[in-house]
Amino acid sequence: MKCDFCDQKATVFLTQLVEGQMKKVCLCDNCAKERGVTDPTGFSLADLLLGGLPGGPGTVPAGQPKAAPGNGKKCVTCGFTLDDLRRVRRFGCSDCYSTFSEEVAQMVRGMHKGTSHLGKVPEGLMAIQFRHQRIEELRSRLDQAIASESYEEAAGIRDEIRTLDEVKI
Amino acid sequence: MMRFSTLIKHPADWMAGGPGEHGAVLTSRIRLARNLNRHPFPGWAKRDQRAAALDLMRPAIEALPAMKGAFSHELGDLTSVQKQVLVERHLISREHAARGDGSAAVIERRQTFSIMLNEEDHLRMQAIRPGLQLSAAFAALSELDTELENSLEFAFDPTLGYLTTCPTNLGTGLRASAMLHLPGLVLSDQIGQVLQAVNKIGLAVRGLYGEGTESLGNLYQISNQSTLGESEETIIRRLERVISQVANHEQNAREKLLQDDPEMVADKIGRAYGVLRFAHIIDSKEALNHLSLLRLGGTIGFFPPETVVLCDTLLMDIQPAHLQLHSGRKLSAEERDSIRAEIVRSRLLSLESPDIRIPANESNTSPDTSNPGDA
Ligand SMILES: [Zn+2]
Ligand SMILES: [Zn+2]
Repeated sequence: MKCDFCDQKATVFLTQLVEGQMKKVCLCDNCAKERGVTDPTGFSLADLLLGGLPGGPGTVPAGQPKAAPGNGKKCVTCGFTLDDLRRVRRFGCSDCYSTFSEEVAQMVRGMHKGTSHLGKVPEGLMAIQFRHQRIEELRSRLDQAIASESYEEAAGIRDEIRTLDEVKI
Repeated sequence: MMRFSTLIKHPADWMAGGPGEHGAVLTSRIRLARNLNRHPFPGWAKRDQRAAALDLMRPAIEALPAMKGAFSHELGDLTSVQKQVLVERHLISREHAARGDGSAAVIERRQTFSIMLNEEDHLRMQAIRPGLQLSAAFAALSELDTELENSLEFAFDPTLGYLTTCPTNLGTGLRASAMLHLPGLVLSDQIGQVLQAVNKIGLAVRGLYGEGTESLGNLYQISNQSTLGESEETIIRRLERVISQVANHEQNAREKLLQDDPEMVADKIGRAYGVLRFAHIIDSKEALNHLSLLRLGGTIGFFPPETVVLCDTLLMDIQPAHLQLHSGRKLSAEERDSIRAEIVRSRLLSLESPDIRIPANESNTSPDTSNPGDA
């Protein structure tokens, strides 16, 4: 039997119940290692499928035609497609949530107590965004200061940018 | 950096923490899922992208004051027994243990915090506390999370909350759970009813070992399922309320059993004591079930109260990977059963036989069970 991810001989075989369907994946030594499958019994097949090639022979349940091709929607940040989403019911990156916002709305309905977040909001995130914004502002003021030859002001702005940059890590 | 042997040498803080009011709640656990903004999630990331995310997260986590001198290793650097020991201690997930390079675990010295890097999500952070302390565990973990926000940009959406690989974790990214010991409800056949009621209000219940309502050692885990649409406080408050109700039921069941059928209780606990004190070959199923009864005995005065912690520590130490670590080599199933028995016997050496006082004046009202053979 051939590996689902390349053409070499498969040596690792995984079968697991994913979202209520039996799924099977065959891998060669190299691909098993590449994907970090060191212990097939402890491995989550959903993860593997998520990282797998779309439509590999083992990734479609037997006797079921491959899903109709999606409408070509694809996340520009990570390359995740609608087909990938239908296959694994998980996402490729945080931007996928805006790329596939309609599908998200459908999936989330009935999954939780509500559909909008009521919990913690990252303060740090705001701090980072604020800092980025502030640095941009200072940079343009710096350009202006240099253009108008106010070098003393420019030096002050430069110091301020440096301080903000250092906070980063 | 902390070595594996140093980390594991001592029992975790939450194991030695002692029981709560009636010892029905062993531990409280909080897990938060977080991801880096605009980095592909670990399962979808290519090898170099995963490594890049790890290089970003690991220094930030190691720099946390709480993680000073923490255990921090890539999973590829650990042996499979070491990884399995971490699973048995609830410090990493089974899925995480199957990973290699590109994933890591950072574990605080006293094992109260552990962070999995590049699990299903970029970060799976966990806090464990003894007894029913979900709020305290959450407060501590949330503080750590807030500190991390200063150095890492987490994926967050105002409507969907924290963005996760799987939509089942969206919003708070919070999984709060408690481990409960419910021998009273099991012995009095009320467990199914109670678990069903808990399930009905949208909480998940499962046996810690084994499937469904049958659980080895009478150990159960209760956790929230919904993560979106409610605040962390609301989720945790509901769980704490339900868990203390279950703990109350358990306490009542124990009292009623002692009142209605003291001889049955005494017999079960006495037999468990006998087997554990003198067996030379014991599999984990038998050990778990007898330890459960011994633990029960510790909470109802048959044994000194410290027996409860003794049992909790043993529950951890008799698991397969712990046994292999203890003996320093790979063990066959037969060898494990004898070493398990040996460890149990040695730990119980100074435990005196149960102090069983069956109220004598009740013999008039309860059926005469002293000569069952004469019937
Ligand atoms: Zn291959
Ligand atoms: Zn994406």
